[in-house]
Amino acid sequence: MLIRKAPELTNADITPKSVYLDRRKFLQAMGIAGATAAAGRGLWELAFATQTAFAATKLTGLAKSPFSTTEKQNTFEDVTHYNNFYEFGTDKGDPAKNSKNFNTSSWSVSVEGEVKKPRKFSMDEILKIAPLEERIYRHRCVEAWSIVVPWIGFSFSNLINLVEPTAKAQFVAFQSYFDHRQMPQGKYAGIDFPYVEGLRMDEAMNPLALLCVGMYGETLPNQDGAPVRMVLPWKYGFKSIKSLVKIKFQQKMPPTTWNLSAPGEYGFYSNVNPSVDHPRWAQSKERRLGEIFKRPTLMFNGYGDQVASLYNGMDLKKNY
Amino acid sequence: MRKLLSSKWTKVVVFLLCLVPLGALAWRAFHGGLGANPVEFVQHATGDWILRFLVFTLAITPLRKLLHLPELIRFRRMLGLFAFFYACLHFLTYIGPDQSFVLSAMWKDVAKRRYITVGFAAFLLLMPLAITSTTGWIRRLGGKRWQQLHRAIYASAVLGVIHYFWLVKSDVRKPLFYGALVAILLLWRLGDWFFKRRSQAPVRITAPGVSMND
Repeated sequence: MLIRKAPELTNADITPKSVYLDRRKFLQAMGIAGATAAAGRGLWELAFATQTAFAATKLTGLAKSPFSTTEKQNTFEDVTHYNNFYEFGTDKGDPAKNSKNFNTSSWSVSVEGEVKKPRKFSMDEILKIAPLEERIYRHRCVEAWSIVVPWIGFSFSNLINLVEPTAKAQFVAFQSYFDHRQMPQGKYAGIDFPYVEGLRMDEAMNPLALLCVGMYGETLPNQDGAPVRMVLPWKYGFKSIKSLVKIKFQQKMPPTTWNLSAPGEYGFYSNVNPSVDHPRWAQSKERRLGEIFKRPTLMFNGYGDQVASLYNGMDLKKNY
Repeated sequence: MRKLLSSKWTKVVVFLLCLVPLGALAWRAFHGGLGANPVEFVQHATGDWILRFLVFTLAITPLRKLLHLPELIRFRRMLGLFAFFYACLHFLTYIGPDQSFVLSAMWKDVAKRRYITVGFAAFLLLMPLAITSTTGWIRRLGGKRWQQLHRAIYASAVLGVIHYFWLVKSDVRKPLFYGALVAILLLWRLGDWFFKRRSQAPVRITAPGVSMND
C-alpha cells in the first residue's frame, strides 16, 4: 500500500507544495516521531525511513522574487531522483541512492583570493547574509532535459559585497567538496574531483546568480548539492556547482571541470544557446521532465533580458 | 540437455523469455516506474537489450562448438530477430519523442551527430538480415552467400558498441563491458577461422592443383 502511494501523489496534478504538506500530514498520521529528520527525501524512503541522515529543515519567511517563472514546477520527487552529481555516481538515480549518509554538518565555505576581507562562512552565517528568497527558475541540463525548480537563496552579489573584492578580481573560482570516503562512486565518474567551476566577475554580480541553500521550502537535499550551491539559470546545469566549499576571487580565468575533461564539448561560458550544438546533444530542443515531446530551447534559457548584455560583442559560437 | 534443446517447447519458452524485457517495460509504464524521464528510460532499456541480444546471437556459434551442442543453432534466428525487434523499438523512441516524427529533422540529426550516425548505421545493417532470415531466403541466396550477408551482424554489433561509447559523457564502464563481450566473440571467430585454415593447409599441399570438390 505504501509503495503504491508515491506514484499516485507524484502523478496527480497537484503543486509540489501540497505534495510536501501531504507528506508531513501522512507522517504525523503514521506517528513516526523524529521522521522529520529524514524529510527532504522521496516519499517512499520516508515511509520506510531507515536512514536518518542530515536533517532537512523547513525554511520560512521567504520573499517572492520578480525573477520567478509561473511555469508548472516539477515535482520534488523528480528533482530529487533524477539528476547529475557525479561524485555520487553517474546514473540519474545514483545521487539519491548514494548520498543518504553524506555528512554536511559543521560545513564552512572559505572565501579567499583577491578580496579585502577573506574569511570563512559557517552555514549559520551564510543563512544570515541576506533575506532568503524563493526563486522559481528554469534549469536546463546540457543533456537536453530541463526542469522548473523553486530554489531558495539570495543573489550571490550579496556575498561578493561583504568580502570586498579588489580591482584585480576579474573571475570567481568555485570548488565543490570531495571526499573519496564519503563519495566512493566518484572514482568511476571519469572526471577529476574536486569539481571546479568559474564565472567572470560581471556574471557573478548579475542578480540572477543565486547562492542557493534550499528548495521546495526546505534546506537542500544531499543529492541536490547540500548544504549550499550555486544556481545559474541561463547556463547549462553543470555550471551550477554543488556542495560548495571554496570561493576564490582571481585575475585569471579559472579552470572548469567539464572543460578540462572535454574542451571541444564544454566551454567556460556554457550559456544555454540553441544555435550552438553539443556534439552529442542537439541544443535546439529540450525535454521538460514530465513531457514526451521536446520543446524549443530558448536563448540564455529565456533569461536574455537579464544577461544578454553581459556578452555584447562576444562571438558566442566561439565562446560556447 | 540435447533432448531438452531440441524440444519444441524449449523454443516457446525462449521466445517468451525474450519478451520479458518488453513486458517489464510495459509493467513499469502502467505503475509509474519509468522515473522522471520515461522516454530516456525506455531508450536506455531497449538500447541495452539490443546489445544483449546481439551478444546472445553472436555467442551461439562459439557455444555450439565449444560445448558440442549443435542444437543451439535452433535459437540463433530467434535471438537475432529479437535484437532487431528491440532495435525497432529503440528507433521508434528516437524518431517519435526525440524527432517528433519529422523525417527531415531526423536526417539532419543522423548526419550531424556521430553517435547517431553509427547507431543508425547499425540499425540499417540489421534490416536486410531480418528480411532474409527466412528459410525461403536462405534457399534463394544459397547457403554460402546467405552466410556472407549475415556476417553484417559483426559490423552492426561493433557499431552498436561505438554508438554507446560515444553517447556516454565520461563513465565508459558499461560500453566497455559490451565492447569486451563483442570483442571476445569476434576474436573467437578469428581464431577459429585461423586454426581451420592451418589444419586444412596440408591437404592442399599434398594434392596441388586438385580441387577439393572434384
